[in-house]
Parts: sequence; C-alpha cells; structure tokens
Amino acid sequence: MTVTAPAVDVTAAREFVDRHVIGEADAWDRQERIPEAVLDAVSAAGMWAPFLSPEVGGSGLSWRAFGQLHEEFGRGCSSLRSLLTVHSMAAWTVMRWGSSALQAEWLPRFATGEALGAVCMTEPQAGSDTAGFDTRATRSADGWRLSGVKTWITGALRADVFLVYARNRHGLAAYLVPRDSAGLSVEPVPDPLGTRASMIGTVRLDDVRVAPDALVGPESFLSGAVLTGMLDIGRLSVAAGSLGILQGCLDACATYTTERTVGGTRLRDLQLIRAKVSDMVTDAAAARLLVTQAAELKDAGDPETIMATWIAKYFASVAAARHAREAVQVHGAHGMSSRFPVARLYRDAKVMEIIEGSTELQQLTIADSAYQR
Amino acid sequence: MEDAHIHKALFEFIEGRHPDIRFGPADDIFALGFVNSLFAMELVLFLESTFEFTVPVDALRLENFRTVEAMAALVNKYAAA
Repeated sequence: MTVTAPAVDVTAAREFVDRHVIGEADAWDRQERIPEAVLDAVSAAGMWAPFLSPEVGGSGLSWRAFGQLHEEFGRGCSSLRSLLTVHSMAAWTVMRWGSSALQAEWLPRFATGEALGAVCMTEPQAGSDTAGFDTRATRSADGWRLSGVKTWITGALRADVFLVYARNRHGLAAYLVPRDSAGLSVEPVPDPLGTRASMIGTVRLDDVRVAPDALVGPESFLSGAVLTGMLDIGRLSVAAGSLGILQGCLDACATYTTERTVGGTRLRDLQLIRAKVSDMVTDAAAARLLVTQAAELKDAGDPETIMATWIAKYFASVAAARHAREAVQVHGAHGMSSRFPVARLYRDAKVMEIIEGSTELQQLTIADSAYQR
Repeated sequence: MEDAHIHKALFEFIEGRHPDIRFGPADDIFALGFVNSLFAMELVLFLESTFEFTVPVDALRLENFRTVEAMAALVNKYAAA
C-alpha cells in the first residue's frame, strides 16, 4: 500500500526549524534531550527519512534536497540534526542492503518515525577504528548471537532499533537489533561537550539473539562496502549540518552586530567585524557549493560522490569550527552566555571536526585523490 | 553486452584510481592489496551507474568482484535482466 507523505522540501524544513527549533535549542542543550513532542513533530512533517521511496511512506527526496534539509536542521540544532543523521544512516542501509523481510518490517516505520534508528560503531577501547572492534557476532541454530559494548552512540537513549557493527568469522558486518531484544541495555553518556541533546549513550549487548535476516548486507569482506556507503550518508549529513552551524553563526552575528553599539558606532560598521562577517559569508557559500556537488553526484550514482563528500565534510566542519570561534569573539562576553546561540554553536561545531571521520583522517584520505589520474 | 566493452571500462576505472597497479582480467584484485572498503563502494557505484543496474544484496559477494572477468559476468547477469 502506498502511503501519502507530507511534502518535504527546503522551504518546509526552514519553516519547521524556525517554528519548532530556533529559540528552543538552547533549552534542549541544557536538558540534554529533545522533547518527545518535537520528535513527533518531525514525524508529522515526514522529515525523518524522506529519501525513502513513496512505496514505503517516504517522499523519494533527492540527496540534494536531503542536504538542504539537514543544513536547515543544523542551523537550528545540531543535536536534532544528529538524530536525523543516525536515523538516515540506519534507514539507508536497510533500504540498500536489507533483506526483503527486513525492509518490509522496518522501512515504513523508519519513514514515518514510528521507529527511530541509531548506529552502533564506536567501542570503548577502539574508538571508531574498525580493525580494533571486539563486538562479536556468531551464528546460532536460530540466527545470530551478539556480544560487546558500543559507546558514544548518538540517539541511543531514544532509538527503537540499532544497526550494530560486529565481527563475525569473515569480518565486520552490520546487524539490525531491536532495542527490546533480551540482553540489550542502554545507559547515558552524560555531560558531553557538544550536541548535548542528542541523547548519547553506551549500548551493551550481552548474548543478544537476533533472527538470521538481521544481517544487513553480506557476511564477507564486501560488507566494507555497506559500512562505507552508510558512513557516506552520515558524512553528507554532517557536512550539511556543519554548513547549517556556519549559517547559524552568520545569522547570529548579523543580528548582534546590527543591534550592538560601541561608542555610538554599530559593531557592523567596524572594519574588523566586517572582515569576520565577510569570511563567514564566503565560506558558507563555498561550503554550500561543495555540499551541493557531493549530493548531486550521489543523485547521479557517480562514484566520485564518495570523495566529494569527504571534501565537503572536511571543508564545512573546519569552516564551522573556525567561524563559530569568531562568532563567540564577535559577541564578546555575551558569546559565553546561554542567552545567545553562539556558545552552543561553538561547542557543537567542535564535534563536527571529530565525528564521521576526524579532520586528520579526512586529510589523509583526501590526499590520496591527488595521486589518482 | 560484450565482455571486451565491460573489461575496457573496468580497467580504465580501476587504473584511474590506482595507476601503479598492473593486472589482467583474470587476476584477483583483492590479492593485490589495494582494495579497501572505500574503493569497494566506489566499484559498486561505478558498475551500477555505468551499466545501469542495481547490485542485489545476495550478489555483493567477493567472488563476483574478485576479477574483471567476474565483474563482467555480474554485469551481464543483472544489467541485461
């Protein structure tokens, strides 16, 4: 049955963020959670995974529009955008590599937001170094048994289902594990530096049993393609979200420097302030072009999208961190206050330089492209 | 689709990414050590976008990607369907 989804585009996303997110995000940041009513509003707006096909309740949204949508959410609240990111990663992986049964069970629920997904990658000792992962998956008579610990899991405190990366006898593979599985427990990772409302947690799997088709994609080496594809979706979201942070800094600075005066002169008329603002405008424009290029290559199915997405995320996250620091500087002591959004934007921007591939990992990877023909 | 056409496209793509690697159509590219997960994903995207088909879940197996000949067989099995 085809379910009619709400119209989803950048205009709808902008209106949603202005109405439901801007003005509330600092409170969520202090509370370290997003209210359930807001998550419901995202569901009603059809914005959890609109790239899913209309056949399962999505909108068939292009990746270009996906980038625009995640920029808008990043402008408003990186914690909420982070929940969209991990949900998108889980939903995309099931859409692309899940069995027919798994798709039938989960994709309609992912599309409507009835079920929220999260991704379990990072481990306490290995970080995101997949070669060091200890979480194990072993075949059993009735499916798979998973054991291990995953931490720094965005959305863990709220997710209904987890895409868990675990090592089997062939290598690393992805498994879809419902939250209510016996042996699965979640505890909070409290007081993080940034994206404080993204409900980060530690997920423990103690001999968790799942069905045979919980395996998403192959069991073999080529499961790496599943992982890479999933991270590519997350990286596009984080690139767009970083751009949103940058735009949020620019908006905040434009407002503040217009209202604030020093010695009878508006801040916006001071040349050193104008230099900072002009750099924000320029880098936001450049980041938007890079995100758009990466997304359009993804829409075309062009393999160049992977490197283009790395480049977009690298540029946008570094630019967001740099300009968030300047935005705090422009605001002076007010920049350190929770009455202005730039303090939160500053902390959230730093997170963007670490997640979905650290700045240093991006530099190593992007350099490789210089040696290709 | 002619194997020669598929082979040519695959050699151009792989050698474009890894210009120092020399291999033949029956050589195991995974044994040569240059295929990582990023390149594996690029390879999947390349095959899908160039030959206009979707690699099914159960076809994402090492033996289907091990050699240029195997990938040509994969294309001919699914692209023509």
